[in-house]
Amino acid sequence: MRVRTLAVVLLAGGLALTACGKEGGPGDSGAAPTQQAAADVKVDGSATFEKMKNRGKVVIGVKEDQPGLGYKDPTSGKYTGFDVEIAKLVAAKLGFSDDKIEYKAIASAGREQALINGDVDYYVGTYTINAKRKEQVGFAGPYFTAGQDLLVAKDDNSITGPETLKGKKVCSVTGSTPIQKVKNEGLTEPENIVELQNYSQCVTQLQQGAVDAVTTDDAILKGYAAQEPDKMKVVGKPFSNEPYGIGLTKDDKPLRDKINDILDEAIKGGDWDKVYDATLGKSGSKAEKPVLDRY
Amino acid sequence: MDVLLDNLDLYGPGFLNTVELFLISAVGSLVLGTILAMLRVAPVPVFRFAGAAYVTIVRNTPLTLVFFFFAFAFPLLGIVDAGTFGGSASSYYWAAALAALILYTAAFVCEVIRSGINTVPVGQAEASRALGLTFGQMLGSIVLPQATRAVVPPMMSTLIALLKNTTIAAGFSVFQAGSISLNLSERGENQLIGLLWVALFFVVLVIPMTLLQRSLEKRWSVAR
Repeated sequence: MRVRTLAVVLLAGGLALTACGKEGGPGDSGAAPTQQAAADVKVDGSATFEKMKNRGKVVIGVKEDQPGLGYKDPTSGKYTGFDVEIAKLVAAKLGFSDDKIEYKAIASAGREQALINGDVDYYVGTYTINAKRKEQVGFAGPYFTAGQDLLVAKDDNSITGPETLKGKKVCSVTGSTPIQKVKNEGLTEPENIVELQNYSQCVTQLQQGAVDAVTTDDAILKGYAAQEPDKMKVVGKPFSNEPYGIGLTKDDKPLRDKINDILDEAIKGGDWDKVYDATLGKSGSKAEKPVLDRY
Repeated sequence: MDVLLDNLDLYGPGFLNTVELFLISAVGSLVLGTILAMLRVAPVPVFRFAGAAYVTIVRNTPLTLVFFFFAFAFPLLGIVDAGTFGGSASSYYWAAALAALILYTAAFVCEVIRSGINTVPVGQAEASRALGLTFGQMLGSIVLPQATRAVVPPMMSTLIALLKNTTIAAGFSVFQAGSISLNLSERGENQLIGLLWVALFFVVLVIPMTLLQRSLEKRWSVAR
């Protein structure tokens, strides 16, 4: 008797699950251009490239919780977003087709170590290029230029820019660059700063009214605003300059040059526009093309 | 060494907050844990059930979830207003972290004390009842003092675990030792070295607790 009940429950559960499983996620519409994998790619003197080739696939570090940039669809397990498409484009030009890519979701705090340890071949995930980081890792790019901005409730007209934050509760990720900027420049009182584990939690708190604004790069915020445009808006006055680069191991200059060539070609040849239009461009805002910083 | 000296503004306040968080929640969980242990050995079945239910539920919930509850779900219940609590956002999250740590650790403290009570011979309780002591008097002046002596080492382990558990608060807007490495990464410092310093400071914090445990063990072992 008990066995039969169990079987019925399992069967019903299974049916319910398959019925609920949506076909395709939000990232499937208006698909980004598929890249043809280049053949016979050579990157002389690059240890990382040698490793990729011997392995037969490329391991790319990405974010999984940033809609529009690097996002993992929990139902299909597919990665979508601008960063992911750039990562794919680079992989294709290095000779690795989509099925030869392995994504690894790595949070901000673990990026340097993942690159130093060789856990990933390269990292594409809202990784701001700065001098201090260049001491530990290498950067190709920038492939995108973002700026720090604010996400507020749709009906909140009291926050119009960084100078209006005094007395408001501001949320960002623990220890992240944007919240350190808020602290260093005293944009709001220290006791009004809320630091949580990820931006989604901040957005939840914003919707519940526990905080007044979420701050980070506009690219990330646009992704959230695009999900619920009737509830939240991006203030639209960026107050910093965040050039996103592709993280590499520090000393691999040949691979860095190669990826810079690939990005240069994509920016000039129109592939970059196609990728942008299919991802972040959906939020309706235009973006300026980045200028490569070769070193 | 540079990583430490260049970032003293993180390490100093970080560890001060850790110690503060630890001391308050240690006292809180010892008090609440003792009350729970008394419930669990009480002669009234309802009390015993309440104590057992608390321990079973809280001890089986991951601490991160307890934190999560107080940071995100609790305000929705409308008992307190997270927006105005204590006048600022940080005071709410600080209180939330303390509540999570105390309620969670109390379940473990309770079980440690209960195991101590079990080491006291039944004759002690029977003799005190024969003398006409009430349940409260029996527990307070005969059983608990003896039980406390038996539980010094496991209690110290529970407290050391509590000390390290405070780092979870980093994800819930409480700046302490656990937040240091997250800040270091954005400053572009070497995280491996940064974390080694954090580990070293934790050793420094645990050593006095170990010494206290030794001296208590020595002093009290004679009395039995």
